[in-house]
Amino acid sequence: MPTSKSHTDKKNIPGGQNRLVLGSVGVINPESIDEYIAAKGYDALKKALSAMKPAQVIAEVKTSELRGRGGAGFPTAIKWAGAANEKGDVKYVICNADEGEPGTFKDRAIMEGDPHKLIEGMALAGYATGASKGYIYVRGEYTLSIARLAKAAADARAKGFLGANIQGSGFNFDLEVLRGAGAYICGEESALIESIEGKRGEPRLKPPYPVQKGLWQKPTVVNNVETLANIPAIVLNGGEWYRAIGVEGSRGTKVFCLMGDLNWKGVVEIPFGAPLSKIIKEMGGGVKKDRKLKGVILGGVSGSLLTAKELDTPVDFKSLALIESGPGSGAIIALDETRSIVDVVDNIAHFFMHESCGRCTPCRAGNEQIVRLIGKIRKGEGSHADLKKLEELGWNMYQTSFCPLGQTAPNILLQSLRKYRGEWEACLAGKKEKCAC
Amino acid sequence: MFHVKINNKSHEVPKGTTILQACRHAGIKIPTLCYLEGVHAEGSCGVCVVEVKGSRTLQRSCITAVAEGMEIQTNTEAVRKARKINTELLLANHPTDCLVCDKNEYCTLRQLSSDLGIKNVSFERTHAERADKDETSPSLVRDPEKCILCRRCIAVCAEKQSVSAIGMTGRGAASAVSTFGDMGLGNAECANCGQCILVCPTGALMEKSEIDGVWKAINDPKKTVVVQTAPAVRVAIGEDFGLEPGTAWTGKMVAALRRLGFDKVFDTDFTADLTIMEEGTELITRLKTGGTLPMITSCSPGWIKFAEHFFPGVLAHLSTCKSPQQMFGAVAKTYYAEKLGVDPRDMVVVSIMPCVAKKFEARRPEMNGAFHYWQKKMGLKDSESFQDVDFVLSTREAAKMIKEAGLDFPALPNEEFDQPLGMSTGAAVIFGATGGVMEAALRTAYEVVTGKALASLDFKAVRGMDGIKTAEVDLAGTKLKVAVAHTLSNARKLLEEIRDGKSPYHFIEVMTCEGGCIGGGGQPFTTNLETRKKRASAIYKEDAGLPLRKSHDNPVVQTLYKEFLEKPLGEKSHHLLHTHYTKRGVHPGDVAHEKKEHKAHAHTH
Repeated sequence: MPTSKSHTDKKNIPGGQNRLVLGSVGVINPESIDEYIAAKGYDALKKALSAMKPAQVIAEVKTSELRGRGGAGFPTAIKWAGAANEKGDVKYVICNADEGEPGTFKDRAIMEGDPHKLIEGMALAGYATGASKGYIYVRGEYTLSIARLAKAAADARAKGFLGANIQGSGFNFDLEVLRGAGAYICGEESALIESIEGKRGEPRLKPPYPVQKGLWQKPTVVNNVETLANIPAIVLNGGEWYRAIGVEGSRGTKVFCLMGDLNWKGVVEIPFGAPLSKIIKEMGGGVKKDRKLKGVILGGVSGSLLTAKELDTPVDFKSLALIESGPGSGAIIALDETRSIVDVVDNIAHFFMHESCGRCTPCRAGNEQIVRLIGKIRKGEGSHADLKKLEELGWNMYQTSFCPLGQTAPNILLQSLRKYRGEWEACLAGKKEKCAC
Repeated sequence: MFHVKINNKSHEVPKGTTILQACRHAGIKIPTLCYLEGVHAEGSCGVCVVEVKGSRTLQRSCITAVAEGMEIQTNTEAVRKARKINTELLLANHPTDCLVCDKNEYCTLRQLSSDLGIKNVSFERTHAERADKDETSPSLVRDPEKCILCRRCIAVCAEKQSVSAIGMTGRGAASAVSTFGDMGLGNAECANCGQCILVCPTGALMEKSEIDGVWKAINDPKKTVVVQTAPAVRVAIGEDFGLEPGTAWTGKMVAALRRLGFDKVFDTDFTADLTIMEEGTELITRLKTGGTLPMITSCSPGWIKFAEHFFPGVLAHLSTCKSPQQMFGAVAKTYYAEKLGVDPRDMVVVSIMPCVAKKFEARRPEMNGAFHYWQKKMGLKDSESFQDVDFVLSTREAAKMIKEAGLDFPALPNEEFDQPLGMSTGAAVIFGATGGVMEAALRTAYEVVTGKALASLDFKAVRGMDGIKTAEVDLAGTKLKVAVAHTLSNARKLLEEIRDGKSPYHFIEVMTCEGGCIGGGGQPFTTNLETRKKRASAIYKEDAGLPLRKSHDNPVVQTLYKEFLEKPLGEKSHHLLHTHYTKRGVHPGDVAHEKKEHKAHAHTH
């Protein structure tokens, strides 16, 4: 099995994929609009502008059953129709490219490898919803993504795919590439909007939802990079074509990021419905050093923790929901048998303590107390009462945090306390070798 | 109307109501902490949660609107547990020295933890690692240790006052309320209004106490200590002794202050009348001589600093009159000290104010008119300068001193102010409520300009709690257009009109705080919209019952002019009763190139 770490290394890309979104990544020169156009680029936009009404574009997306790829899986067409139906002539499309979920780098692969696809998706979203202005809010550390998107936008503008009267259709749409300032919370759509407005990145009260009152209080669609990158193919080939890929409730493909103790790490794209065990074995080349797999973090550190026994579950929204899981950000972080679950959870707890925006008590103070309790346990000073305290804190954060950050922060902690109780108890008993702390 | 079920009982509630409002309406108490009606509803604390049937998680009642058919449970195990955990999380990050905390019995957090039956805090304490106290301001002290990050202060500063001197910095566990660049309230564009103190649920924001200095002065046999009390104090101070708002406790207040050991108990109302004489004359002069209009009142020091920061270009519109507090200090240490034969350096002037911005005002370097008066006469060096007002106590601080002295305030007899500086009219009393200065000025201006007696003294159009009130008064053929604003966000609207050259008014009254001084940042913690209204009604009741209700009828003011000042806007007035303003700007360096603006006075001398 290849061991390259590069996700754009053509030679080592695992087979068995269906690369709808990543098709040109690593194939065309991302800085050449001509190569994009030669690969049917902007054909979907031309088709929509010349032969489809905005409502028809939304109808195709509806038929495709595309769901948002940012983590929550909200049906894209419903969001778009919501914005399209709002009154007012100023509307916005925002691409959430603040990819901050640990272990996740799929959006980066798209933006670095095929930036025009995202821009084309944005223009189509603008056309469908009646927005003439778009923003791509890119994670600040993604300097190459930002540079390539900026060049792509300039080239698209020069070729008449952005700007006034696109392709002579009368449709105006332009976009700006914005650089995030380094806060995980800005991946939450309303905090992202606040950030664009120049404010502190904190979630807003909902309702109103962004489709009603978003950026500058105007109707706004916020979509993930991968979601938008799916749009050109759907418009070009039709919703029915897309719907035939994947499984019921989870149509199309999903880009996953293979990480952790695997022989091959990188991004892969496969139709929904394959079991995780298969992805890990066939795409990831199995566990490093022939070790046993202890578990998998799926969907990022706000996602879920699956045991080796749960890995035959098909990866789709419905099947995963049955085991309190979901595809989330698309991160698949494999943990081999030498990993300490307590150590992993501690690491995640520190991440959330650092990234909580501080707005609400349960998340701000809860994450801090979780870090302190785990620290106490790891020092060998913990008790069963502390495990109960962790469970209560996690429950309270899920129940009363203001936004999804705080609600999902304790996911993996809580699952580890259920699924890997033995490791926590070994830690309590000071059995260092068992808990590997 | 929506049909909802609260704790299995059916209720009808209006559309647009929050769950919290609906429950309160139904007589069901939901504990709250960060929520403050009319000020703050952002759902940060997580205390007011309830169960809503069909919801994935508990819902914040303060920010969740009711919907048709909603089924709400306010008292379940999950609800009680979550409320306790969130409160305990806050307590873990808060000192527990409640017994010696200034806020003590007024602390919402203390009350809440008692109500929720929290017996101990099972989380590790985290509060020790917080920042130091901010003592940069002469008016306020911020103690980050006691801050529970509810953000009420930020909301009132931004929404009611449009100042935003404070905001959030840091994130997660390092979140803190702070000023721009952590420079401290004393170096920020803070107006010193102290509304943040009133809304703070804990002791994180308090006035900077001057009680110790006042006791020391009282105990010093060499010093003649005179105290002045602002009009709004008398209608609020009783609340700190458990008395119901709506009454003026003037007589008991005077008795209490006398028993504290003040040598003379005087009234700021006296110089409020004097202010009307000066300010009324200034207005008439500006109208006659084509001076800068509209003219804006200058007795509310929070408003003055706000204008200096945010509207440095319109300072010429401000009346040059000092506030009644400062006029009092200047008159006491000149006219009165002379009369008494007391060395002005041995006179200590203490103010009791509903206000914490007055502390800043008293320390303005230019507020030393009496020193300049005496400098030549006594051959004093510049380094021997003294301020006209030495100490400023908030209503709350005065109540604390009365308690400390063991006085049973409600049982005290009613006593009269000392004379001569205790003489006042009803026009001065109403200074305490929004619109009062305007009404007092109109009573005098009308009679001076028309030479006729007013049929009715009540200018009701400028009374009440509307944010901006306007009226038109016929002054012998001249239509005088006036406006009254309270809260700085309302003042901002009128200021923007002036800045843009669109203001239709001749005369504007601005009060920094909601309701005027009766709602000031130095008032008892019982201050809310209800108590503000009741205090205002007590003020107007007091006015209506007085024999003299027009400032120009104040016999001592008349004597003061005869014996000392000569005439309004005269030479002595200019030096003792009038002032100038400082262009501050919003950011350091905004107006650095400009020195203090000695504005052109509307009068000649």
